[in-house]
Amino acid sequence: MKRTRWAPWRAGRGTAGRWVAGGVLVCLVGIGAFLGIAYRSGLPPVSPPKVETFPAETLARGAALAAIGDCIVCHTADGGVPYAGGRALATPFGTLYSTNITPDPETGIGTWSTDAFKRAMRDGVSRDGSHLYPALPYDHYRQVHDGDLDAIYAFLMTRAPVVAPARANDLIFPLGFRPLLAGWKLLFLHQEEFTPRPDRDAAWNRGAYLAEGLGHCSGCHSPRNLAGAEETGTKAYSGGLAEGWAAPALNGSSPAAVPWTADSLFTYLRTGVDGRHGAAAGPMGPVVHGLSRAPEADVRAIATYIASLSADRPGTAPKTPALPERTAEAARVNPAGASLFAGACAGCHEDGAPMMTQGRPGLSTVTALQLDRPDNAIRAILQGFHAPTGPAGPAMPPFAASLTDTQVADLAAYLRSRFSDRPAWTALETAAATVRQEESQP
Amino acid sequence: MSPALSSLSRRGFLAGGALVVSFALAPRAFAQLAGGGEGGAGPAVLAPDLKGSLKSTPWLDAWIRIDGDGRVTVFTGKVELGQGIRTALTQVAAEELDVPPATVTLVTADTERTPDEGLTAGSHSMQDSGTAIQNAAANVRMLLAAEAARGWGVPTEEVTTGGDGRLHAPDGRVLAYGEVAARLSLHMQAVPDAPLRKPSDYRTLGRELPRVDIPAKLTGGAAYLHDMRLPGMLHARVVRGPSAGTSLQAPDLDGVARMPGVVTVVRQGGFLAVVAERQWTAIQAMRHLQRAAYGRPASPPLPADGSGDAVAATLAALPARDIAIMDTSEPAGPAVRSVKARYTRPWISHGSIGPSCAIAHYVDGTMTVWTHSQGTFDVRRVVAELLGLPAERVHAIHAEGAGCYGQNGADDVAADAAVIARAVPGRPIRLQWMREQEFGWEPLGPGMMTELEAALGADNRIVSWRHAVWSNPHNNRPVGAGGVLAGNEADPPFPVPEGKPIPMPEGDGSRNSNPLYSFANTHVVYHFLKDMPARVSALRSLGAHLNVFSIESMLDELAAGAGIDPLAIRLDHMQDERARDVMQAATDRFGWSRRPKGDGRRGCGMAFARYKNLGAYCAVALEVEVDRETGRVLVRRAVAAVDCGQPANPDGVRNQIEGAMVQSLSWTGREAVRFAADRRASFDWSSYPILRFDDVPGSVEVVVMDRPGAPFLGTAEAGQGPTAAALANAIADATGVRLRDMPLSPERLKAAIGPV
Amino acid sequence: MTVTLTVNGADHALDVDPATPLLYVLRDDLELNGAKYGCGLGQCGACTVHIDGKPAFSCLTPVGAVAGRRIRTVEGLGSAGAPGLLQQAFETEQAAQCGYCIAGMIMRAQALLDRNPDPDEAQIRAHMQTNLCRCGTHMRILRAIRRAVALRKGTQSAQEVRR
Ligand code: FES
Ligand code: FES
Repeated sequence: MKRTRWAPWRAGRGTAGRWVAGGVLVCLVGIGAFLGIAYRSGLPPVSPPKVETFPAETLARGAALAAIGDCIVCHTADGGVPYAGGRALATPFGTLYSTNITPDPETGIGTWSTDAFKRAMRDGVSRDGSHLYPALPYDHYRQVHDGDLDAIYAFLMTRAPVVAPARANDLIFPLGFRPLLAGWKLLFLHQEEFTPRPDRDAAWNRGAYLAEGLGHCSGCHSPRNLAGAEETGTKAYSGGLAEGWAAPALNGSSPAAVPWTADSLFTYLRTGVDGRHGAAAGPMGPVVHGLSRAPEADVRAIATYIASLSADRPGTAPKTPALPERTAEAARVNPAGASLFAGACAGCHEDGAPMMTQGRPGLSTVTALQLDRPDNAIRAILQGFHAPTGPAGPAMPPFAASLTDTQVADLAAYLRSRFSDRPAWTALETAAATVRQEESQP
Repeated sequence: MSPALSSLSRRGFLAGGALVVSFALAPRAFAQLAGGGEGGAGPAVLAPDLKGSLKSTPWLDAWIRIDGDGRVTVFTGKVELGQGIRTALTQVAAEELDVPPATVTLVTADTERTPDEGLTAGSHSMQDSGTAIQNAAANVRMLLAAEAARGWGVPTEEVTTGGDGRLHAPDGRVLAYGEVAARLSLHMQAVPDAPLRKPSDYRTLGRELPRVDIPAKLTGGAAYLHDMRLPGMLHARVVRGPSAGTSLQAPDLDGVARMPGVVTVVRQGGFLAVVAERQWTAIQAMRHLQRAAYGRPASPPLPADGSGDAVAATLAALPARDIAIMDTSEPAGPAVRSVKARYTRPWISHGSIGPSCAIAHYVDGTMTVWTHSQGTFDVRRVVAELLGLPAERVHAIHAEGAGCYGQNGADDVAADAAVIARAVPGRPIRLQWMREQEFGWEPLGPGMMTELEAALGADNRIVSWRHAVWSNPHNNRPVGAGGVLAGNEADPPFPVPEGKPIPMPEGDGSRNSNPLYSFANTHVVYHFLKDMPARVSALRSLGAHLNVFSIESMLDELAAGAGIDPLAIRLDHMQDERARDVMQAATDRFGWSRRPKGDGRRGCGMAFARYKNLGAYCAVALEVEVDRETGRVLVRRAVAAVDCGQPANPDGVRNQIEGAMVQSLSWTGREAVRFAADRRASFDWSSYPILRFDDVPGSVEVVVMDRPGAPFLGTAEAGQGPTAAALANAIADATGVRLRDMPLSPERLKAAIGPV
Repeated sequence: MTVTLTVNGADHALDVDPATPLLYVLRDDLELNGAKYGCGLGQCGACTVHIDGKPAFSCLTPVGAVAGRRIRTVEGLGSAGAPGLLQQAFETEQAAQCGYCIAGMIMRAQALLDRNPDPDEAQIRAHMQTNLCRCGTHMRILRAIRRAVALRKGTQSAQEVRR
C-alpha cells in the first residue's frame, strides 16, 4: 500500500472526475495568472552547513517538530533510507515521488539556504524557483513560526547526506507543467502565521499551533473543494478522505461511539490505540508513529486542542452513551455474518478473547463501525493494518485471501447491526469489490 | 501395553514399533547434582567412576539392546527439542558400535523404557547421554568382540569390525552382531576403560548426517505430540485468569455445561477446565468462561514495567541472600583507570511458536501422560504426587513439542491434562494451551541486574574486578505437585516450593558470573533473591545471558577508555588455549583486523564466553549498521566460532549456534515482558514482538572447531551470552553510545544518540 | 451442517459447524498435520495454507467460508518420499530446528514462488515477514528458499546459493 498524506490526490476512484474538473478550472485560472505570477526566481546555492553551526537545543527542537510534522513518512521510500525521498504517492492524476531532503548537495537540499527552505515550506517553491505540488502541505506550514522553521532546517541539514536523485513524477497532462500551480496558490494559499487566541490557555494554543501548522490535521479531516483545497469555516474538521480511507469528523459531527476527551486522544495519538476507541489504521498509522516519538507535552497539547473542536464547532452527531451490543438480534438478522464473525473475528473481538481481557477496545467503540460509509471497516477487514508505533501495538491480519466479497459484506452487515445503532449499510458487496480492486492496484 | 499406546505405535509415533521390556533401570533417588546440574530431580550416582549418565545407570542393557537380526535399539533419557539430539546420539551409538546408523533405533525418555537422565537442559545432552552411550557402546563392542574371539579361538585384539554390523576374524570368518549378541547378556555394569574408536577411523561421528526428524516436519508427517490422535480422544481447555497468580471470580459454569458438545466441566479447588468432543467447542467454552472478572492479590506486586531503572528498582526491593562466588587477591599494580557500570535484563518469555500441549489417559488406575517437558521423569513425580498415585502407576512418555528453551508451559500442561483425565477415566484427553495462556502462565526468564567495577593498571592489565549479580532463582523446575499451576490450585493447595539457587559450577543467576579470564583481585557475589514478583524459571542459558553480557561489555568499556583493541584485551587476559583459539578463529574468519572502524553508523563488536566455564567455547563477532534516524540496528554479518569438543554432527552444531545467535539478537535487541498492575500485559505477538525476517542478520556464519575425539561439550546455549554482548559492543563501536539495559531497542538507542 | 471442502485436490463432505476455523477441521477431521496452531490470532503464520492459490491463516478462516474453494496444505506439495521442490530445498539446507513453524514457512514461500519465480533477497525477506520462528532458523529458511529458486531456474550451482 502506498501512503500519502495529501488527501485529494488519493481520493477514491469515483470522485476522480470531480477532481479532473477541478483540475481544469485550476488550469484556466492558472493560465490567466501565469504570466504575472508564475515566475519565481532561483535562490543562490550555499555550501551545506556544518553540524557545529547549530546549537544542540535547536537540533533537539527541530527533531521534535519534524516528528510532529512526520517529514520522515513521505520522504522515505518503502525500505529506503530515511529522508532520502522516493516514496510513491499514488494519485488519480498519476504518481508523485517525494524528494530527497537530506543535505546532499546534488540530489538533496544541501545547497539550500535557510531562506530557500522557508520559501519552500511557506510558498511551495523550490530553491531553483520551480513550483512544488501541494502534496507538501505548505498551506499549513505557512502558519509555522520562523524560529521553528529554522529548527527544522537545522535538523534536516544535519542528517547524513544521501545521494538519491529524485524520480520523475508521472502525472497526466497537463499537470506536469508546474507553473500551473501558481494559479492554485493564487486562489488558495492565503494562510497567515499562527496567532494565539488570548481567551485560551497556553496548552490549547500550543496544540492549535501544532495541529494547524506542522501537524496539518485538517489536511485529512476536513473536506476539500473541487480544486483540492481544504474547506474552512464551518466545514472545517467535518471529515475528509485520505488514501481512500474516511478521515472521521473531529468537530461536533464526530461519529465516535464514545466522545473523545483530551486524555483519550492523548493515549490514542501516543500509542495508536485507546481503550474506548479503535486503533489507528490506514494513513493515521504514520501520524501516530511520528507522535509516539514527539515530546509528550506537545502531544498533550494537540490532544487538548483537537478535543476542544467538537465543543467549538457544532456538528450533527447525537451524543449517545456507549451502546449496548445487540448480539442476539444481529445474529438473527445476519446469521451468515454471525457465523463468519465467530470463526474469523471472535478469537480477538469477542468477550473473553485475549485482547478483550487485556483492555483493548471492543468493537462497539470502534469509529469505523459508526461511519456513514462502510469503506473503512471493509478496508480494515480486507487488508488489515500494522501496529502504528512499531512492532508492539495493536495490529490486524488481512482477510482478503480468506473471505469473498459476499462474505465481507455479510460480515460488515453483522458488525454494523451488532455494534452500532445507526442505519444499516447498503451496497456492501459492491463496496467490498471496489475496495478489493483498489487495493490490488499497485 | 495400553490400548492407547498400541494405537500410537500403529500410527508410527514411536520409532521402532516393537515394545522393549524395561528393566535394569536405576533405583530412583535424589542425586547431588540432580538433573545434570540443571535443577529438577534426578537419579542417584551409583558408579562414580563411569562417564556421563553411566554414573547413575551403569548397566549396559539399560542403554543398548541388539536383536537377533542385528537391529540395534538405543535408549536415552534425553529428548529431542529440535536441537537434533536424536541424530547426534544415533551417530554416537553407530560410531562406537561400528554399525550403519540406519540400523539404530533410538528411544527417548520414557519412564518405563529408558534411563532417567534428569532434565534435557543446560546443554547437557551430549555430555551426559552422548558420553554414556558412547562408553556403553564401546563396552558392548568390546564384549561382542570378546565373545566372537572366544568362539573362534583367536585373541580378542585380532577381532575387528568393519562398520557393517559384523565381526571379522583375521582369517576372513565373519559373524553378525545379532548372532553373537544372542549368546550374551548385556545385563552387566559398564567398565570405565572400554577402548573407544580412534577419531581417525570414524565413519559416522563428525559427519553431517541429515537429521532424522526433519523429513516429517517438512511434509506434514506426524512429528509432534500435537499431532497424536488417539481413539476416543477428547479435547480440553483449561481456564485461568490472564496471567499466573490471577484467578477468575465467578465463571459462568452453568452456561458452559449447557453448550452442545461439552462433555464435562472439571472443577477441583481453583482448577477449572472444559472437556468437549471437538477442539473448537472446547475453545468456545473456554472463552465463555474467561469473560469472568479476575483478581490478583495485591502483594507481592508484579515487577515494575519499563526501563532498566525499573528492573533495578524491582530487584533492589527484594531481600537478598549473598553467596560468594569468587574471591581472589593477588598483588597487582595501582589502578590508573576504572569503570563502574550497571547492566540489566528484563523478564523474558520463552515464546515457543507452538503453545504447550499434553495428552493424558487414565485407565484402570494407571495414568499415561505424553509430554514434551524437558523432564519426563519429573512429570511422573509431579503427576503422582498431584493425583496421589504411586509413581509406578504413572507412565510419562516424551513426544516432541515446539521448540523448548527452558521451563515453558510443558510441565504445567502435562499436570493439567492428568487432572482432567482422571476426571474422565477411559478417554484420552488432549489439552493444548492457547497462545495468550502460554504467554500469561509460563514461567518467565527472570529479570536480572549486575553491577561491575573493574580497573586497569598502567600496563593495561586488569588489576581488580568486581561483579555483583541480583537474580531470582532460575531453577523452579517442578519435582513435585507444588511446582505446577494445577498443584497450586488443588484443594488443599500444594504450596509453591521455595526457590533455591543452583550451586556453582553450573550456577543459575550466578551462571558465568565467574570470569574465565585471569583478572587480579576478582570478587564475585550473587545476591540471590528468593521472593519472586513474577513466576520465573529456567530460560535458555539462565544467568549467563546477562553475566556474559556484563563481563564482555565491561571489557570493551575498559578497552575503549584505554584505546586497546577489544580482541587484544581479551587475549591478554586469557590463558585457556581453547578459548584463545575460538576467539582467534572467529575474528580471523570475520576479518577483525581489517574491519571497518566505527564511523557513527557502522561498527563491529565481539565477545566470548565458555558456557558455564565447563561447556562449549564460543566467540562471536558482529558488524552492525545503525540507522541514526530511527535507532534501528541492522546486523550486516555475524560470525561465530565454537569449540564443543568432538562435534557429533558439525551441521547440527552450526544449526544450533545460528539459532542461538538469532534468538539472542531478538532477546537482547527487542524483548521485554510488559506488566500491568494486575497482570502480565504481554499476551500475544503484538504485545511481545520478536525478531522477524526483515531484522535478522544479512549473514550468519559458524566455524566449528575440529577437536577429534575430545569429550563432548554442551553447545545449545553457548551462543546466547556472547551474541548479546557482541551486539552491545558493536553498537558502541558504531555510535559511541553504550547501552547497558536490555532490550537494546531502537527507541532506547535513538534516545541515547539524540537528534544528530 | 455439511460443508464440502476441496483439500489438495480431494473433496470431503464434513458435518461441522461452519464457523469452525479451517485449522481445526484440517487437523482434527482430515488428520492433516501440516497446518499448526501457533496463536489463533493471525500473528505467526504457523497455520498458513493456500486458499485459491493465496496464502491465508487457516486459524482465522471459518470453514464455511471456504466451501468449494481450492485449499492446499503442505501435504499437497509433496511427501517425505517424494518431496516438492521447496521441501527438497528445506531438507538439503536442514532448515529446521524444532520445525513447528516450518510447514507454514514453506506454504508462505510457495505462494511467493508461485507468483514470482525469481524473487530477490529483499522480496523474499519482505514476503516472509508475516511468519514467525522462535528457534532462529531464519537464515536457513532464507537459504532454502534461495535454493528452491535456483533449483527451479536450474542455472545456478547449489554452492552459489550458500553464502
Ligand atoms: S496460528 Fe494462525 S497465524 Fe498463528
Ligand atoms: S524451527 Fe522452531 S519455531 Fe521455527
